[in-house]
Amino acid sequence: MKCRICTEKAVIETRRHNTAFCKECFLTHVERQVQKTIESEKMLSKEDRVLVAVSGGKDSLTLWEVLHRLGYQTTGFHIVLGIGDYSPAAREKVEAYAEKQGFPLIVTDLNEEYDFTVPELALNTPRVPCSACGLSKRYLMNRTALGGGFSVLATGHNLDDVASTLFGNLFHWHTEQLARMEPSRQATHPKLVKTCKPLIRLTERETLAYTLLRGIDYHEEECPNAEGATSLLYKDLLNQLEHASPGVKQSFYFGFLKKGRSAFAADVNGADLRECEVCGQATTTEVCAFCRMMDQAHRTASRRNS
Amino acid sequence: MKVIIRRPRREVQMPGSRRVRDLLQELQINPETVLVVRGEDLLTPDEVVKDEETVEVVPAISGGSTDEV
Ligand code: SF4
Ligand SMILES: [Zn+2]
Ligand SMILES: [Zn+2]
Repeated sequence: MKCRICTEKAVIETRRHNTAFCKECFLTHVERQVQKTIESEKMLSKEDRVLVAVSGGKDSLTLWEVLHRLGYQTTGFHIVLGIGDYSPAAREKVEAYAEKQGFPLIVTDLNEEYDFTVPELALNTPRVPCSACGLSKRYLMNRTALGGGFSVLATGHNLDDVASTLFGNLFHWHTEQLARMEPSRQATHPKLVKTCKPLIRLTERETLAYTLLRGIDYHEEECPNAEGATSLLYKDLLNQLEHASPGVKQSFYFGFLKKGRSAFAADVNGADLRECEVCGQATTTEVCAFCRMMDQAHRTASRRNS
Repeated sequence: MKVIIRRPRREVQMPGSRRVRDLLQELQINPETVLVVRGEDLLTPDEVVKDEETVEVVPAISGGSTDEV
């Protein structure tokens, strides 16, 4: 198979674009796709200070690498979740990558800062691990971006992530979440930071290829809590459809953004945002969900220990 | 040929040589969800893997909550 651009030997076929690329043309293609997404969704400008959420996996490291190559001012942000052997290994990969590239990195350890790891939060609150983890990540990302004077937070969600989320939200008619599925979200309160997902035009297979071709040493292990996740089932189903009909994931997601999302706008809960009485972050309740979770965890843990 | 599959890690011996496309089909792996790698090289579906060679099937799909970063 030959590269459709330069006729060198191809290293990857992308059936959804009905094409194949050699290494150099593929790397350029990926970087252009990201640039195109950033421009069309008005995600970033060169003046922005961008905080990049990095788990150490292929998507987040691809995001960091590409944003840097495109000339954006980036700082990495990694959260140590305290999940078994998975978290220390993830941290190691992130730190090694940042050091090798000479990129600035901020690391926050949930346990050091708040006395609880993700498994401990699941033990001491009604939340399942992924719920405690997701809430902690969202909270810490926003807090860190605000505190550090960053204007935008970028996450490595790819096309498979957003298409499977859309699938799940449609399946359950989560209309408010459907309305909120924008690729870039403006800050609607002084205590919120703008967020964006620059990789939504790339499939997971493409971010993996980019990581391998650039020789980026990523964290390949999966979090033990991911096993059996419904998002994996949805991804699998969507990829069966993609195999039969290349391009279907992209048209599903981008078609929704163009034609579907606005239909759910009325379902957005317009409750006023205010500042959490405990921590000062934006919330719709007196005390924010993160502070309530931490308070509950402390109370349950001290009951257990007394 | 030897095929190394990750997650869970296992090795499969397949006699003879064949194209990447066919080996994935025999292993019932959806090509949209993996990359096939020989040494440092990514292989396109038409590439032939010879009997004495080893390839790895690298999974592309990762899971976790939808808020995964
Ligand atoms: S799988 Fe769940 S617990 Fe593990 S990192 Fe993802 S959200 Fe957190
Ligand atoms: Zn080329
Ligand atoms: Zn709070």
